[in-house]
Amino acid sequence: MMKENKQNTLIWLGLAISAIVPLLLPNHITVLTYIWVMIILALTWDMLGGQTGYTSFGNILFFGVGMYVCAVVQRDMFSSGLERFERVSEIVVNLSVSEYFISLAIGTISGAIVAVILAIILGSGILGMRGHYFAICTLGLGHAAAEITSGIEYLGAGSGMVAPLYPSEFLMGKEVFYYYSFLLVAVATFFLFKKIYKSQFGLALNAIRDNENKAESMGIHTTQYKIAGWSISAFFLAIAGAGVGNVIGFIDPVEIAFSGPTFGVWMIVMAILGGKGTIWGPVLGAIILYSAKETFWTYLLGWDKVALGLLILIVVVYFPKGILGYFKDKKQLSDSVLSPKGEG
Amino acid sequence: MITYIQILISSPEFLAQLIINGLLVGAIFALIAYGLALIWGVMDIINFAQGEMVIFGGYLTYTLFYQFGIHPILTIPIVAIALYIFGLLIYKSVINRLLGEKDIFITILATFGLAILMQQLMQAIFGPDVVTANPELGMLFLFDGQLIISNVQLVSFFIAVFVGVAMFILMKYSRMGQAIRATAQNPRASRILGINIEKVYANTFAINAALCGIGGSLVVMVWTIHPFIGLVYTFRSFMIVILAGLGNFLGIIFAGMGISSLENVTGFIIGAEFQAAVIFCLLVIILVTRSIRARKRREYIQ
Repeated sequence: MMKENKQNTLIWLGLAISAIVPLLLPNHITVLTYIWVMIILALTWDMLGGQTGYTSFGNILFFGVGMYVCAVVQRDMFSSGLERFERVSEIVVNLSVSEYFISLAIGTISGAIVAVILAIILGSGILGMRGHYFAICTLGLGHAAAEITSGIEYLGAGSGMVAPLYPSEFLMGKEVFYYYSFLLVAVATFFLFKKIYKSQFGLALNAIRDNENKAESMGIHTTQYKIAGWSISAFFLAIAGAGVGNVIGFIDPVEIAFSGPTFGVWMIVMAILGGKGTIWGPVLGAIILYSAKETFWTYLLGWDKVALGLLILIVVVYFPKGILGYFKDKKQLSDSVLSPKGEG
Repeated sequence: MITYIQILISSPEFLAQLIINGLLVGAIFALIAYGLALIWGVMDIINFAQGEMVIFGGYLTYTLFYQFGIHPILTIPIVAIALYIFGLLIYKSVINRLLGEKDIFITILATFGLAILMQQLMQAIFGPDVVTANPELGMLFLFDGQLIISNVQLVSFFIAVFVGVAMFILMKYSRMGQAIRATAQNPRASRILGINIEKVYANTFAINAALCGIGGSLVVMVWTIHPFIGLVYTFRSFMIVILAGLGNFLGIIFAGMGISSLENVTGFIIGAEFQAAVIFCLLVIILVTRSIRARKRREYIQ
């Protein structure tokens, strides 16, 4: 393991670089923004998927819920003077600077709150299950949400909604504003999760992963811990979703908000690729996967999603411990002769 | 919504129509679910790529029908053999390495990756369009045309029943079937008694793939398919297996037909655009009620 102060120096160095980067590379700022989004997605997935060992396929639900709640608040909060359009998907909201930021803040927070409430309600039903049943049930969630949203006219049905326009060049423009917002949220998520994993709460989560029955018999209310963990994930995921909706500027139920084949799968692959159950793994996986996707996946011409499926299969079957897990095993192998398999 | 319920109440023959359609198609779902129950019971693996295998079988029938002019019903044995070999390949390359894995989520994730890979490959190869291979067998009018059954559905129902009965007999009396059942009961004991477990597992997975392929051929004749519809079939087969329980052959048939009829009726009442959502929500509801019932007995489902 890295020494604590050495690690801190690295973190601060990385943060300093990421704070300056958008000024140096103004053309790539959207890609850089997405790297922060991906880090949030991977970190939040890892709370349940890595720390408690419960592979959830439905976390995309909270992402989409945050996105939609924020968009609805932004649309309806100051919309008394708006002329009504025939179709919801054609409503474009023009807000003044203060209106935009107030509605964005309230929308994001209410999105996060709705997501947390949903996580608690759904979690108390679903998180009592284990194994196969849990996995299949969560896989149903995201798809059900997409199907239901596509049928609701208030949310623009299948053609989606349009996020309000960013008020001109305020605060150096939309890209820069969202870059720093996501930087802040990602860093906050990282440090909070790091603290959580070191606390007693984190130990309880790990106890669930290692042996749930034993954890239960030691007096840990495992379901409640899982619900709490899921709610924390849902909170940050919804914030990320609210932001992404505004960055893209257009919300579609199947392709963007509840998009299983893109965001929904990426968050799982990134966490596993980096090494699930670690704090740095999801960060590493997010940076590697998204940079790789942006640099060379465009050359695959429509075969990029095939490559993603192949990547999941290869990573899961051959490197289930991810990059960090691989190095950890190697280090343990060289450190100890007594336990060459690195158990414990 | 209430008007639709009123229609159903005022004209029972329409309700009967929906239910009979559901019963006929339900046999196909039961066949697919039987394959899932087989590998779940024998290998303790759940296959998230179940629906994708169905769709793959459907596309094979479609291709054989339109490219080579083979009648869809005659393609069924070809598709079954092709999927059997495909299943063996998947077993050797992926599933084989996951057996004995303590963390069941690894196997789930692997089959999930397989599902995405198959979806995208099928989209790349066959295109994203909705296709069907209807053999145009005409309609059957019963009770002065009050009840209309398309012959394709009837034929596919009988084929599904035939394959199901054949599977039942094979599992009961053939040597490999007995070995599979023995392995499901106790893998360690069967290995001691000289059963080649590896071979049993490979065969079980391949049989499941072949069943999916047959199901897919029937689906493409009765309905339509496209590369991303597979998940719905995965969910249906899960629901059927969960309702019926593992290794309950008759239960799977009844659950398959029941779920399919229920789906038809609710789809009519709530609207066709919500039909997929109904399937997903139904699964979640079934599981949550089961989980709550189990919690009252201080148990959990896994």
